[in-house]
Amino acid sequence: MSAAIEAAKLTKRYSSTKALDEVDFSIQAGRIIGLIGPNGAGKTTALKAILGLTDFEGSLSVLGKDPRKSREDLMRDVCFIADVAVLPRWIRVHQAIDFVEAIHPRFDRARCEQFLARTKLQPQQKVKQLSKGMIVQLHLALVMAIDAKLLVLDEPTLGLDILYRKQFYQSLLEDYFDEDKTILVTTHQVEEIEHILTDLMFIRDGKVVLNTDMDSMGERFIEVMVNPDKADAARQLQPLDERSVFGKNIFLFDGIERARLEALGETRRPSVSDLFVATMKGTYA
Amino acid sequence: MKTFAWLIKREFWENRGSFFWAPVVTTGVFLLLNIMGIITFEVFAAQRNFKISSLNINQLVQNMDAKNMANIGVGIDLAMMSASSLIGIVLGIVVFFYCLGSLYDDRRDRSILFWKSLPISDRDTVLSKVVSATVVAPVIATVCGLVGALVMLLIVMLVAAFHGVHLWTLLGYAHPLRTLATMVALIPVNLVWALPAVGWLMLCSAWAKSKPFLWALAVPVGAGIVVSWFSVMGVFNLSSGWFWKHIVVRSLTSVFPGGWIEGGKMTHINMQGFNLGDHLDKIIGVGNAWSQLARMDFIIGAVVGAAMIAAAIWFRGRRDDS
Repeated sequence: MSAAIEAAKLTKRYSSTKALDEVDFSIQAGRIIGLIGPNGAGKTTALKAILGLTDFEGSLSVLGKDPRKSREDLMRDVCFIADVAVLPRWIRVHQAIDFVEAIHPRFDRARCEQFLARTKLQPQQKVKQLSKGMIVQLHLALVMAIDAKLLVLDEPTLGLDILYRKQFYQSLLEDYFDEDKTILVTTHQVEEIEHILTDLMFIRDGKVVLNTDMDSMGERFIEVMVNPDKADAARQLQPLDERSVFGKNIFLFDGIERARLEALGETRRPSVSDLFVATMKGTYA
Repeated sequence: MKTFAWLIKREFWENRGSFFWAPVVTTGVFLLLNIMGIITFEVFAAQRNFKISSLNINQLVQNMDAKNMANIGVGIDLAMMSASSLIGIVLGIVVFFYCLGSLYDDRRDRSILFWKSLPISDRDTVLSKVVSATVVAPVIATVCGLVGALVMLLIVMLVAAFHGVHLWTLLGYAHPLRTLATMVALIPVNLVWALPAVGWLMLCSAWAKSKPFLWALAVPVGAGIVVSWFSVMGVFNLSSGWFWKHIVVRSLTSVFPGGWIEGGKMTHINMQGFNLGDHLDKIIGVGNAWSQLARMDFIIGAVVGAAMIAAAIWFRGRRDDS
């Protein structure tokens, strides 16, 4: 399978700090990648570089193109939803549809209207009259009607209630995603996207600290519920993290054989959020 | 080409209020004030039994010599243009603030992230805004001016008829068609003249991280003050007044139509044997106006304006919402 995105020594400096520090990664086509990191880790900077919205050092190839030089060309195959409400406030729903239909060669109006029929949006409404959730519905309808190869989502559900959030990812999975498409998503609401991700990338202080697919993640990281009497034995295996729930200790291990851990207690796959918290320990210290 | 047309359409959607309603309302208010003024005057005159008509205007007109008749004709021409002058001021203000916000407002409200996620080049985006500022807005304003001119002509004729003056006698001395044609023909002249201001304001709009208005104003005015203070222009054998006129004022106010008319010519009017019609034609007649395009300040201004627009395109590609 070909790489949708290839980055080598990708670096972005703001006057004194490095938002991205010689980052290398490669994202395969047909995957759903969660780019996850604490505030200020460089997620948005990475997305902006991929979208050709910012300059950078190093090399970056998106669908085989350099986003700095051919943003216009690239945007035929790439869609982007930033955190809510970047649709211009003055535009009307029907104007937004008319405009994207006229500008975008891969836009399918019927599909867009089909998505909008499921919402309460009216063609004459202006974006400034819409709630945050409705703006995202409109943006999502516009984007899902475009047959793009790469969809970039930057905190797409920020500030939305749970109904909108669930619906958002459900629509993406059911009506949009297929093996020809790649979705790159950042969010702080990790639990909500965990089950749809195929790949996981953790970023911290401008560096990629973890880059794995979900299957390997489940093999490499194992959580064990240990009774207090075996806790010391577990600690000797140098767990990443330890916490206690209902009198049992829960240990998170990185790269320890499953057989050895099963002797200590019940094993399971850690949640992405637990893994995230363990990996990012001390970030704000 | 289709994309570009839609970009223009987008600008019109966003600025319908200032591009369309501002000149329309201005025209309406101007005509209304004129009509009210005339009615007030007529009522006042009738109440005081102040009868101009007792002089028999018709006879007066017939007794006038050719030169006076011509001047009345020019007066009608000027009445026709009067609406345009007010619309022109409104247009200047509209275009000034449109240019200042054109490449800044969407960065501030972050909608640039939406526009840039569409397959549109930065060049086309910026150029569509240049065309909106220099063609779309002026054309709409001119159409309003034409309507205003025709209504003014109608008013003049009605008032004249009310006082028993034969309509066609007056109209024969005026140049209604030439006046309308002139108003249309001035669009390209005003366009070229406006380029340095449009370029400068849009460059500030594309470049400034905040407060484009302040930068747009402070840089030329500050430069003007420095130049005046140190008499820098003496090096080029030019006065600092030259700098203020051609750099400071030009970069900020040439979005106002007709700014290129050289006021100097007005002051050299020799009132004796002076023919108003000829003079008007000399200043804003089509032939004269188009020949102004060869003036050095037009040519250099256009080149500098184009360069600043190119710089605005460059900055548009490198500035985002942060």
